[in-house]
Amino acid sequence: MVKRYAKGYKLIELMAVAAAREIRDGEVVFAGTGLPMLGAMLAQHTNAPNCVIVFEAGAVDCKLAHLPMSVGDPRTMRFASTATGLFDVFSTILQRGFIDVGFLSGAQIDAYGNINATCIGDYRRPKVRFPGSGGSGDIACLSKRTIIIAVHEKRRFPERVDYITSPGWIDGPGGRERAGLKWGGPVAVLTNLGVLRFNEKTKRMYLASYHPGVKPKQVKENTGFDLDVSRAKQTEPPTKAEIKILREKVDPEGIFLKKAEE
Amino acid sequence: MTSEVEDKIMTLREAAKLVLSGAHISLGGFTIQRHPMAFVHELIRQKRRNLHFYGHSPGGDLDMLIGAGCVKRVELAYEADEAFARIGPRFRRAVEGGLIEWEDYSNFGMVQRFAAGAMGIPFIPTRTMLGSDIIKKEGFSKKTRSDSKIAPKKLAVINCPFTGDKIILLPAIQTDVTIIHAQVVDAQGTVRIYGQNFGDEQQAKCAKKLIVTCEEIVEPEELREYPEHNLIPFFRVNAIVKVPYGAHPYACYRYYDYDPEFLRMYHKKAKNDGAFKEFLNDYIFGVSDWEEYLTKIGGDKKLRTLKADRKLGYAPRLKRG
Repeated sequence: MVKRYAKGYKLIELMAVAAAREIRDGEVVFAGTGLPMLGAMLAQHTNAPNCVIVFEAGAVDCKLAHLPMSVGDPRTMRFASTATGLFDVFSTILQRGFIDVGFLSGAQIDAYGNINATCIGDYRRPKVRFPGSGGSGDIACLSKRTIIIAVHEKRRFPERVDYITSPGWIDGPGGRERAGLKWGGPVAVLTNLGVLRFNEKTKRMYLASYHPGVKPKQVKENTGFDLDVSRAKQTEPPTKAEIKILREKVDPEGIFLKKAEE
Repeated sequence: MTSEVEDKIMTLREAAKLVLSGAHISLGGFTIQRHPMAFVHELIRQKRRNLHFYGHSPGGDLDMLIGAGCVKRVELAYEADEAFARIGPRFRRAVEGGLIEWEDYSNFGMVQRFAAGAMGIPFIPTRTMLGSDIIKKEGFSKKTRSDSKIAPKKLAVINCPFTGDKIILLPAIQTDVTIIHAQVVDAQGTVRIYGQNFGDEQQAKCAKKLIVTCEEIVEPEELREYPEHNLIPFFRVNAIVKVPYGAHPYACYRYYDYDPEFLRMYHKKAKNDGAFKEFLNDYIFGVSDWEEYLTKIGGDKKLRTLKADRKLGYAPRLKRG
């Protein structure tokens, strides 16, 4: 089948498509507000029609008709299999090992995929305070694999984060095992410039693909640590069908897509 | 119905008096749904001070309490209104200005702590937070930790006595008072919540005193016909207050949606000290009760736009973008 690629899409749409493509059919997905929801909903309409969307606030396998603005939004209740709460979802689904893929974001992401969603500066006297872990620390520890979504800026991609809210590969190979974690770890970082993955041996991030119109050098310059770009190819652009579904079925109200820049 | 039972039904003003300054409290709901907002307003009006707040993912409920100077300490995982605000503006200011004390856990961590308190056990083991700085960095000072109502340690990392695995023990929470907002309560106190219950079950059941504000009070027979749909047995509830639209500007599944226009206004004002004060004066100190507040926010005309579709449980035509 010949793919018909879209022209004239927004970056956020490209990122949502990239997120959807990370989800395999039949997987159990832990989705957060914003891009992860866009990606998971899109995946249900495209490559992963049987993926199960779980929200930490208590909705299990809902069939979304309207884009939620929170993981606790009443919209997440629609045709759900069960309506429960945080304790049940986190303990009997996440900690028990039933989440295949979890989405994460944060203010800072480092070379090993550790995320800071807590603060900049000293924890007791922070220069800048962020909202905190929420479920992100839990998803990072206990999902079988995680996908990170981030804005690509040098200050947001330091060698080491100020505070590890959500552990990635921690300090490199064996880091998670030493910490006592049984499984999991980040496999991809989706940004507005490209898709980054992790070197199997060193567990450090490398550039896997750069988005159309972006140069690998530009990604390197916007990263605060030394980034290997030698393996990078161009990101596969979104197809016409993917963009159409995003705009007409996933976010027709334009809640996340309209606000975003071109 | 006995007189003792009837005594549980009271006004917001009476119920708020059950929360003393310095009390350890928790509020139900999750970011943009089912916070007991009418109760929060009353606590602010009654100028409660030095509250110790436990939450997982509170939203504007805690943000307003902090901004109004009611809160001394927080133990939580998150403070934001998600798509409406990436962080509670008054929370951010209070932390960056050192105006409150704080201790971070994850959402799972906090609900496990409430669950341990609800079960009457001193701690609960967990695998979450391993490898994070949440287990390495402490917010509370030694002096704060010496307070007998606060756990002497944030947590403990041990080797499991059975498997040898590294595991975290989290201290239980038992609040002095928990306040939740439910859809339906009967006159004896049996509580029914529609939709997700978030952490309300554990927060309610770990409380020494439980206050339930609700949309409707019905006859016990109505709830007892389907006991499997009820969440909290009547004898755990100490006070019941009927407050229709009592979670505004937040949603209450099957009753009404969140109010995007009001939430955007709040977050704009809360970023600025002067504008936040104006907000308090206009919507809390400047009105005498919740009915007057509902008139102030636009009355029936506004509330009609938020009314939930019976089948969906929310307002599908609500203007949100």
